[in-house]
Amino acid sequence: MNSALIFIFLAVALALFLGIRARRGKDMSLEQWAVGGRGFGAAIVFLLMAGEIYTTFVFLGGSGYAYGHGAGAYYLLGYGSLPFILSYFLLPPIWRYAKEHGLISQPDFFASKFNSRWLGVLVAVVGFAALVPYLVLQLKGLGIIVSVSSYSAISSNQGVLIGAIVVAVYVALSGVHGSAWTSVVKDALVMFVAVFLGLYLPYHYYGGVGDMFAAIEKAKPGFLALRDVGESPVWMVSTVILSTLGFYMWPHMFMATYTAKREEVLRRNAFVLPIYQLMLLFILFVGFSAVLAVPGLTGGDIDLALFKVSLKTFDPWFVGVIGAAGILTALVPGSMILMTAATLLANNVYRPLRPHSSDAHVARVAKWLAPAIMALAVLFTLGGGQTIVALLLMAYALVTQLFPVLLASLIGKHLVTRTAAFASIIVGEATVAWVSLTRKSVAALFPFLPDALKDLNVGIVALVFNVVTLVAVTLLTRRTAGAAQLSTDAS
Amino acid sequence: MRSIYVLALLPVLAVLVGPFFVNRVTPYVLGMPFLLAWLAGALVLTSVVMAIIFYADQARLATAKHSAEGV
Repeated sequence: MNSALIFIFLAVALALFLGIRARRGKDMSLEQWAVGGRGFGAAIVFLLMAGEIYTTFVFLGGSGYAYGHGAGAYYLLGYGSLPFILSYFLLPPIWRYAKEHGLISQPDFFASKFNSRWLGVLVAVVGFAALVPYLVLQLKGLGIIVSVSSYSAISSNQGVLIGAIVVAVYVALSGVHGSAWTSVVKDALVMFVAVFLGLYLPYHYYGGVGDMFAAIEKAKPGFLALRDVGESPVWMVSTVILSTLGFYMWPHMFMATYTAKREEVLRRNAFVLPIYQLMLLFILFVGFSAVLAVPGLTGGDIDLALFKVSLKTFDPWFVGVIGAAGILTALVPGSMILMTAATLLANNVYRPLRPHSSDAHVARVAKWLAPAIMALAVLFTLGGGQTIVALLLMAYALVTQLFPVLLASLIGKHLVTRTAAFASIIVGEATVAWVSLTRKSVAALFPFLPDALKDLNVGIVALVFNVVTLVAVTLLTRRTAGAAQLSTDAS
Repeated sequence: MRSIYVLALLPVLAVLVGPFFVNRVTPYVLGMPFLLAWLAGALVLTSVVMAIIFYADQARLATAKHSAEGV
């Protein structure tokens, strides 16, 4: 057993300990389990939401994307600021409504606003479909981290299995309380590791951040600015828009909103979280420092950049510390995602199908679903597949399709009709699925578009179809409803 | 719509419109390529702007006072 492994096991043991300890003195009703009894203060809500940002996606995917794609990775910073502006205006009304109606999940919100159980089922299915790739992404990262930082003493597949079991166990026991407590440890460690690596690696290999970028620009001219075609400014801006709209459409982010004790808490986060996001900058520095230090990673292997450069630079014990931080970035969000996915299925698919189930029964179903969902995610993870960023962008495209209907429901009670809500979500999701399966770009789908628009993120196309459907069907159904009203009046 | 909310448009424009005009490597700012430094600046700007809005938002202060009585 090498010294890296010791730190990794300590991290896992600590996560498990905090997770189990967090449940003390709480009866685990579904409301406690899923939204912490709506009693979390500023610090914890902050950590739950921030914890959501610093996932393996950022740790491995962010640095890997900088390594492999250069300036394309800057989009992470744009995505780091705009969602919080939106949150200031968007979250308080959502929180207020949820509290008034005692809602637990995101589908509850849609079901309640449109007074339609089946809309809730649809939203639950969409959320579930997006959460599974997100969970797969965390497990994939976990596998990479464990195998690389244990110097291959543990294989990637074994790493995935161990991590999956740990997450499933503590989700089943503690729900959101466990995630909140582990977040505290995770964020402190990740913050330290990211800032340290982001400053040390450029200094060690190049003499400083400025020298590093100058060296990269010399070796690979054009790598540090967006290209004219492909990852162009149009691509970046459209991707930032999509990610911003999707940010709070994640079922687990929606539920993290519910955990707040007061709406103040949510508003304050709007100016604290962007500063927290500056850490992304250091993660990008790590990725860039690897460009010339460990050249030659391509395809899915770019996700390894952070660890490859760390292995080359540090002693095993410190690789263990980095590995421990990395594992926590997978465990905490992984547990939030798993808990949410289980709640969606139990509360919003199972309950409507068996309307007479008691709350205690639904809570029990949720806890039993968690390990089953984890098993499914493990199967997908071991099945192989895409890079971390590619997986995330697809899942984002799925959740973003909920945004137009949500916004409409907040603006006015009867702004759009129920039928239109159904139609727009279905059209949006079908477009995303079609585009993801055929792997087409906007340029291939619409060859007649001006060149400037051909780099649009394909999720935007789905969003446009979605909004058009929402408006058109609302107008149509309202007219029919109006006509029906008229004929009743006449008779 | 409160006029103070208009401030929030600044970072939005910086992130969504800026990249078309500042997509360049030089001049380096704090050692970073220009576009990267620009976006990092937008992040700081977001925080500053949202803090100003938070402390100046009368609508928020009214509800905060209201709910504080309950706590």
